Amino acid sequence: MSEKYIGRSSQIAARVLGGEMMVMSSVDSTFFTLNEVATAIWQAADGRTPLTEIVVRNVCDEFEVDLETARRDAEQFVSELSHHGILLVSDHPFDMSAGPVEAA
Amino acid sequence: MSLMQEMNERALELGVPLGVHLDVTYRCNERCVHCYLDHDDHGEMTTGEIKDILQQLAEAGTFFLTLSGGEVLMRRDFFEILEYARRLAFNVRIKTNGVMIRKSEARRMRDLGVEQVQVSVYSRRPEIHDAITKLPGSLKRSIEAIRLLKSQGLKVAIANVLMTVNMGEHAGVQALAKELGVTYTLDPTITPKIDGDTSILNLRIPGSELKAVFHNKDLVGNVEEFCAPPPRPGEDVMEGYPCSAGHTAAYITPYGDVFPCVQFPLPSGNVRRQKFIDIWRNSPELNEVRSIRAKDLPVCSTCSHVGTCTRCPGLAYMEGSMRGPSTADCEKSFQRTGILSANMLRQAHAHTHGPLIQIQPLAV
Repeated sequence: MSEKYIGRSSQIAARVLGGEMMVMSSVDSTFFTLNEVATAIWQAADGRTPLTEIVVRNVCDEFEVDLETARRDAEQFVSELSHHGILLVSDHPFDMSAGPVEAA
Repeated sequence: MSLMQEMNERALELGVPLGVHLDVTYRCNERCVHCYLDHDDHGEMTTGEIKDILQQLAEAGTFFLTLSGGEVLMRRDFFEILEYARRLAFNVRIKTNGVMIRKSEARRMRDLGVEQVQVSVYSRRPEIHDAITKLPGSLKRSIEAIRLLKSQGLKVAIANVLMTVNMGEHAGVQALAKELGVTYTLDPTITPKIDGDTSILNLRIPGSELKAVFHNKDLVGNVEEFCAPPPRPGEDVMEGYPCSAGHTAAYITPYGDVFPCVQFPLPSGNVRRQKFIDIWRNSPELNEVRSIRAKDLPVCSTCSHVGTCTRCPGLAYMEGSMRGPSTADCEKSFQRTGILSANMLRQAHAHTHGPLIQIQPLAV
């Protein structure tokens, strides 16, 4: 399986409210709240770090989840958010400088 | 409950200023007859000061940021401010007259991920729109701006303020919005000038026109539902807050003054002297606003409209008391339902009954 790289879209707004991350797309106004694990992945989505590394470092180590479960859940999460244009996904590392949004 | 409602509830519980309206300037290239602002620059915040405020707002948890004015593009650093706001991941809405928007500005707003751009249009007839803005050619340029913004894929809304000088124009503006593929909002609210001058209140549309607006299905949807008599208010209504002003919303002027809302000019602090979060948490004025429940309103708590009225505490404040009625909203409730408000009944009673003791000089 090829490695994936994920980055935050420039077309979103995001903020932490009461420990949960709120994310809204300015393209279709879809609105999501992310739980702690999803937030950890979101904040690490810098376009340069491989998804597997994010899962190991920010999910397995932090939340004591086994790699297989964490990776499966992360891929589902990434697929859903990329479908709404909230996360950008590539087979190669990419530069997020065109995207202005910090991790909130 | 929708996710958005949940977010508002949570922000209210946590005391987070979820939505902030920031006027970056009061300067404007139009001179609208109903405008409540003084357009001279009395010392606007610098780029650096505004960036600092934005950072503070992000840290305070603000998610929805409205950038308005004046005309936002009168600031040469507007895009620097906008870019910084988007870098901080705010959901940004812009209010503008659109006159200074060309293709490059529209593209930049799109690239920066602006949520929505609201453009003011008063009539689709230039002779009426331009007479209101006092800027010849302004309607043409505003419509061009809407087209350019739309062509970039941005969400655009036309804001149609309704007053005596453009009564009857709303159908045309609504049709224009439909042709342009943008949303349409109508607002019959005219507020006193920021210096307290109430002369522009003469522009408020008369009750008969307001009634026609509220009974127009193209504007309100289901007329029967919209104009239904108010249900008997429950305990939840009496324990409820009037609106989000000061609870989850705040307004900041170009000079750094903090108010509960753009329509509620209660001085609550200044971000040039204090951190925003200190004002938000500790301002006696904001805490007073937060302490008011519907049951605490001396007149409105006795009114049958209390649960459904759009009563604006800011307009009430401008009439003399933030706990008092807002007569413009009394009029709206009456014209919508045909039922007099408690304040209207009180005033009618005062006018039909003379004083109990009358002293008149005796004719000699």
